[in-house]
Amino acid sequence: MATTTKLLSRIVGAAALGFMALTGTVQAQSWQPTKPIDFVIMAGPGGGADQIARFLQSVAEKKKLTSRPLVPNNKGGGSGAEALIALNTASDPNHTILVTLNSFFTTPLRQPNLGIDVMKFTPIAMMGVDPFVLWVHKDSGIKTFEEWLEKVKSTDDYVMGGTGKGQEDSIVIAFLQKAFGIKVKYIPYKGGGAVAKDLAGKQIMATVNNPAETKGFYASGDVVPLLVFSDERMPAFPDVPTVKEKGKDFSYYNQRAVVGAPGQSPEAAAYYQNLFKTIYNTEEWQNYMKTESLSPLWMTPEQQKDYWKVQIERHKELLADMAK
Amino acid sequence: MEILSLLSTGLLEALQPVNLLLIIIGVTLGLFIGMMPGLGSVNGVAILLPITFLVPPASAIIFLAAIYYGAMYGGAISSITLGIPGASTAVATTFDGRPLALQGKASLALVTAAVASFTGGTVSIVLFTIFAPPLASVALSFGSPEIFALMLLAFATFVGLGGDDIPKTVLSICLGLVFAAVGFDEISGAPRLVFFDMTGFMRGINFLVLAIGVYGIGEMLWTIDSTRGKITQTEAKISAKGVLRDARTSLKLGAKGMSIGSLLGFFVGILPAAGATPGSLMAYGVAKLSSRDPESYGKGNPDGVAAPESANNSASTGSMLPMLTLGIPGSPTTAILLGGMVIWGLTPGPRLFSDQPAFVWGLIGSFYVSNFFALVINLCFIPLFIWMLRMPFTILAPMIFVLSVVGGYAATLSMHDVWLMLIFGLGAFFLRKFDYPLAPAVLAIVLGPIAEPTLRQSLLLSSGDPSIFFTRPIAGPITVIAIILILLPLFKKLRDRFATAPAKGT
Repeated sequence: MATTTKLLSRIVGAAALGFMALTGTVQAQSWQPTKPIDFVIMAGPGGGADQIARFLQSVAEKKKLTSRPLVPNNKGGGSGAEALIALNTASDPNHTILVTLNSFFTTPLRQPNLGIDVMKFTPIAMMGVDPFVLWVHKDSGIKTFEEWLEKVKSTDDYVMGGTGKGQEDSIVIAFLQKAFGIKVKYIPYKGGGAVAKDLAGKQIMATVNNPAETKGFYASGDVVPLLVFSDERMPAFPDVPTVKEKGKDFSYYNQRAVVGAPGQSPEAAAYYQNLFKTIYNTEEWQNYMKTESLSPLWMTPEQQKDYWKVQIERHKELLADMAK
Repeated sequence: MEILSLLSTGLLEALQPVNLLLIIIGVTLGLFIGMMPGLGSVNGVAILLPITFLVPPASAIIFLAAIYYGAMYGGAISSITLGIPGASTAVATTFDGRPLALQGKASLALVTAAVASFTGGTVSIVLFTIFAPPLASVALSFGSPEIFALMLLAFATFVGLGGDDIPKTVLSICLGLVFAAVGFDEISGAPRLVFFDMTGFMRGINFLVLAIGVYGIGEMLWTIDSTRGKITQTEAKISAKGVLRDARTSLKLGAKGMSIGSLLGFFVGILPAAGATPGSLMAYGVAKLSSRDPESYGKGNPDGVAAPESANNSASTGSMLPMLTLGIPGSPTTAILLGGMVIWGLTPGPRLFSDQPAFVWGLIGSFYVSNFFALVINLCFIPLFIWMLRMPFTILAPMIFVLSVVGGYAATLSMHDVWLMLIFGLGAFFLRKFDYPLAPAVLAIVLGPIAEPTLRQSLLLSSGDPSIFFTRPIAGPITVIAIILILLPLFKKLRDRFATAPAKGT
């Protein structure tokens, strides 16, 4: 039934186009959204992905870049599986886009039964990559990474929190455990916001979080950064060493990318690619990247697809390492 | 004293003509948004967020907060007049609000809801004004074990009640918990209980779908069945004098519910992850539990309207606190407000109170003003709502049906949920025929998604040792009280047996 209706509407559309071509009124009318755009966020409220999505929406609103609003829709359940399913089964792929993080790669790998092939998704924009930082509460008295290692080694009850097994922070924590021979207890939460709050409330002892998520508590002096997982020292924390300085060749970033639902029409995809390119080039976004310590990594849609391939392979290895 | 001067500047800010106008528009809009089943404060705030770019940030959040407030008042109206919860926060209001309306006391129920909302709002704003910064640290001291203990307490208030049949209550809770577990497992990320492999179930069961099914469709079927199609008309009179008299009666009869609701609601509201819906349900449970006459609950006790209504307003103010001071939203609506603040260039967090005093105190000032106007506007509209009730049931029933279907669809925009809602409605009707209480199931589907992850996080923390719920200073006492409440009916039974046994012997 649905397919016949779709087919019918296509035929009607084609006929209308043909008619317009005949009458010579056809213009280079580009695709425009006809209803509010479902702006799915692959994380719960308050986390890094959520903050970015809301910021992107705000820029689009402020500059009136879309004729229909972007409506943020948090779907953080199941390490982002909820969001991926929502995109995969979207009833209107042309009005459904997703703000992703790396669970875009890991969740389909960890749960093949979901039947999600991310290579079928539509590349739209790579807005930047977000580095990770190791944090502890100031009351722990720990000032350096070495002190932290000592502390973790001295107890078998060292509790860290994160956004779930197989999520970005757990990959970094798994790396730390393996590379430095430590063991921690890992508690999963629904989003980076909840993790940051429980670190500030001393419910957990340390976290690996994106700077944006912990910024407020860093500014108030409640939490202390010990180590960054970027390739070079971060401008926001010039005194904090990188993991490379500690002799381990490792860096890990969270992708902040926008993708479209599978089956999105090329016209719609071109519309969103343009939209997010415009947003990317605004002063607001460029400033945001600076204040929130994001690194720029702009890519064309083709480059994005290649990047996805590379990331899927890398995460296969990282996850396999974790399982060992 | 410093607080007073800050507050007075805040009040002056809120009373500026533009802001005052925004408050009045916001509260009125919110009232009607809250009334529409399926549309709650979340939708209202989300839809109207873009409009706020036209005004300065302080006015923008004042406007959105006014909508939020208005919706808290409005949700009660359809709960009482039609028996369909206008918003998830007003589900508990149907428990006693609807019976009151059927007894021809709709005006009393509506006035009680308005007065209770005002009381809850006022109490929470005062608490907010005085204790905001220190309370933020209270919210931080609540980790997973504490929140689970609190959820346990909420369940216990529903089990430990004398009135209802205990096994049936427990069964009802279990049913709700099963529905709450549908969808993705938050901890492992695996899908579970996906019935018939339908992708609709992967999203989980929306609480509002269940609530509208049970209270909208189920209630309609129940009324048709119990009146056997006889045209019934609810007696309802309107007069200004009547409204005043009802206000006095509600203050007298609902005072206890209001005080419980105001305090409990605020407290639950400030905990991130909870929010106004659990707050109102818990307030109802506690009011019923502490009542001398729990039997009268569910049959039209004004306290049963006062408690949840004061609690949801109180909680909505309370949930602003973690949003402003920690940057963590306490409810879905505040999550959207938080997004708004980011748009306006304000960073919520521990430093907001010191960095942006004008904004924060303007907002707090606007709470006082919105709350007052919400009461006045609501009272003015009550005659209109009563008039609606004078329609014969033959007209009202199709209206309820249509509103329920629209409400079920509006929540997620999927037909799957409409069918689900109809099934829940039918199921609720039969369960009610067999005397199963339905409120516990509704409570379970709200609290289940909070209780389950916190339970599992706690047990991970303690490596599977349940003593974590007893040894922590805050979680311990709460858990003990919860367990005592759960065992209370058992003790009563034992006592009764011992009391009657000797009597038989002689």
